[in-house]
Amino acid sequence: MNSGFSRLLVVAIVSFAAGMSLISFTGLHAFIPGLLRGAWVTLQITLGGAIVAVVAAFTAAIAKVYGPTPIRWFAVTYIEIFRGTSALVQLFWLFFVLPQFGVTLAPFTVGVMALGLNIGAYGAEVIRGAIGAVPNGQWEASLALNLTKTQTLRRIILPQAFALMLPPWGNLFIELLKSTALVSLITLPDLAFKAQEMNQNTLRTVQIFTIALVMYLGISLVITAGVKALERRASRGLGRGGAV
Amino acid sequence: MHFVWDWGYTWEILPILARASIITVETTVLGFVFALVFGLVLAIARMSGPAWLRWMTIGVIESVRSTPLLIQLFFLYYALPQFGLTLSAMLTGVLALGIHYSTYCSEVYRAGLENVPKGQWEASTALNLSPFTTFKDIIIPQAVPPMTPVLGNYLVALFKETPLLSAITVLELMQTAKILGSESFQYTEPITLVGLFFLVFSLISALLIRRVEYYLNTRRKGFL
Repeated sequence: MNSGFSRLLVVAIVSFAAGMSLISFTGLHAFIPGLLRGAWVTLQITLGGAIVAVVAAFTAAIAKVYGPTPIRWFAVTYIEIFRGTSALVQLFWLFFVLPQFGVTLAPFTVGVMALGLNIGAYGAEVIRGAIGAVPNGQWEASLALNLTKTQTLRRIILPQAFALMLPPWGNLFIELLKSTALVSLITLPDLAFKAQEMNQNTLRTVQIFTIALVMYLGISLVITAGVKALERRASRGLGRGGAV
Repeated sequence: MHFVWDWGYTWEILPILARASIITVETTVLGFVFALVFGLVLAIARMSGPAWLRWMTIGVIESVRSTPLLIQLFFLYYALPQFGLTLSAMLTGVLALGIHYSTYCSEVYRAGLENVPKGQWEASTALNLSPFTTFKDIIIPQAVPPMTPVLGNYLVALFKETPLLSAITVLELMQTAKILGSESFQYTEPITLVGLFFLVFSLISALLIRRVEYYLNTRRKGFL
């Protein structure tokens, strides 16, 4: 069974019950609409960041493994810089430093790009590992069947690697969701920003932040469930256990 | 727009950033020590507590792990004083980092201990070793080597999260860089230097972790 999902479900129920008992719920409905608006921004950034991350990761991984030397070095540099520095530093760099080079991006674009490229650098290593984990015999068999290198990669290797890389990608998407809170520091009105703003106006810290945390937990629950469903689909017909 | 790297400004702010980096390192070390110790508490509660405690610990671990550190940081920073506990911003930051990463550490401990084959316990019983001796001399020496590189990676991850403390006014590297930038309107040099600092430290620690991993692996094989 997908123990991760049922565990998260238990967590959601437990934390909800704990929240119910801990918090006096009077007047809390006033916070919900604002926080939901914030959650919508958080969702958009998570989705945009995920797309950037997947594209960047695939490009970097393929470039690092199969590219000619200069392209390989470019990919390695990208991966090491984004893995080696802090996500917040990258965010601030794009937000504060890029304008000094004459490139001014909207805060939303900066958030999506910085977080997407950050997670993409970790994802590139995941993809590289998954491609490497596909047995060598698959390449040899494809060679024997007279498939070209691109065909082999696209039709034989990647579908198998895909099933292997999904669980770590699930974790990376959760990391992405968690790091979206950083965009509140570059003035984007996401869930963290809204919670912080309401907290400064009302000082009902425990209530507001508990609701915000439960919302984040809810989104991560949806992500986990989505990745599990993908895992089941991807491992179908591969003759080996992708999803456990 | 033409752009030049201002070396004069760089040399001017370098000592200030170097001083701020001490705060960054301090919070990293304190936060990680807290995470290691509290993680052990969580792991013990999860592995050998009564059923209600086990479920509660799982609930705490999973919900802390899947929500943003920044929110937890704000939560502690604003909520603790309301309960009469006023800590300095830096201590609050250390506490938040420590709690967040203790949930990761506890999972590492658990995985490490559960990976030691059950037969080792049974064999120790057969040899008439006490449970404490078994744990200390048989289980721990086998469980720790595979844990070390993973914990090392979390140390680096925690280190890279310390810039978050700038959001609660701790004068670590990022906050210092932002203040310098807002004073001179030159953000390029301070923020790039902070990035370089993290890059250099991360690369060095990645190298160290690989060395430790290699050392532990070869040492263990030598025993067998």
